[in-house]
Amino acid sequence: MAVLARASAAELADRLAALPELPAAETLRAPETGLVMVRGRAGGDGDAFNLGEMTVTRCAIRLGAHIGHAYVAGRDNAKARMAALLDAALQDGLLHDALMRAVVEPLAAAQQEARALEARKAAATRVDFFTMATMR
Amino acid sequence: MTRLTPGFAAPVLDAQASFRVILEAMSRPGRLQRIEARITPPAPLCTAAAAALLSLADADTPLWLDAGEAVAEWLRFHCGAPITQEISAARFALACGTAPSLEALDVGTDEDPQLGATLILQVAGLVASEGWRLTGPGIQHEHRLRVHGAPAEFTAAWARNHTLFPRGVDVLLCAGDSIAALPRSVTIAEG
Repeated sequence: MAVLARASAAELADRLAALPELPAAETLRAPETGLVMVRGRAGGDGDAFNLGEMTVTRCAIRLGAHIGHAYVAGRDNAKARMAALLDAALQDGLLHDALMRAVVEPLAAAQQEARALEARKAAATRVDFFTMATMR
Repeated sequence: MTRLTPGFAAPVLDAQASFRVILEAMSRPGRLQRIEARITPPAPLCTAAAAALLSLADADTPLWLDAGEAVAEWLRFHCGAPITQEISAARFALACGTAPSLEALDVGTDEDPQLGATLILQVAGLVASEGWRLTGPGIQHEHRLRVHGAPAEFTAAWARNHTLFPRGVDVLLCAGDSIAALPRSVTIAEG
């Protein structure tokens, strides 16, 4: 779900278009946008505080016997619907492996790659204060 | 696993329209109103009772019901209302089978009479222009209402509820897509 929620709407649409037809879906809860309070803790163990509110769109879709839920950041209704549809399809034992190979794993790999690139860029400008303090 | 069905087709507009219908029912006690929204609630819930709960219940209103696990799951999903086993703690009570006694419900306090619970009573049928004679605020002369499948001794219990005013319990009678309200201010005489 995290992979689907992080993927862009265009990526999800591309992957869905390449898939064989999914069974008929029924919308249980049409995409709706709301706010959730994001809470944080200073240093990971301080007192909880409210960091701020974040726009979230949620959707629930039933595909056969399975119910897919999606909570995605932002206001993209189409993306929430696609993520919920995929979440429901992934619960289906027959579809699960094929979907993991066709959708989730490539997206996860792309996200991992983007994150590593970002980390490399950041690492190139890192200053090691310990080294500086001991330099002559 | 039960098959969850959708709630309102257009959540905002349908909830507003249903709220308006319930308001109309409450302001003209005993007058039949019709819920327009098309929903397919799980059995044994009827359209009117389902629409009333979807419009009124939310995360702040504990709900008591006797309609079984499928209905409880449906309402939890669509309203987010916490389901309580303790009928005295409920803001809304849904009765599809044997109605609980009105005395078991929260009647609010003299300072906060609005905290009184609302009983949503699903009955076999509602017919206007015969049966009970209703009088009270919102009624010019009298309204007639026949309730098929009303609980035994309901009018006696209602008379006791009425004497608590401003405290008390309000009742929404639902049958199919028809709804009629009995706010605590109304007086019922057997017709």
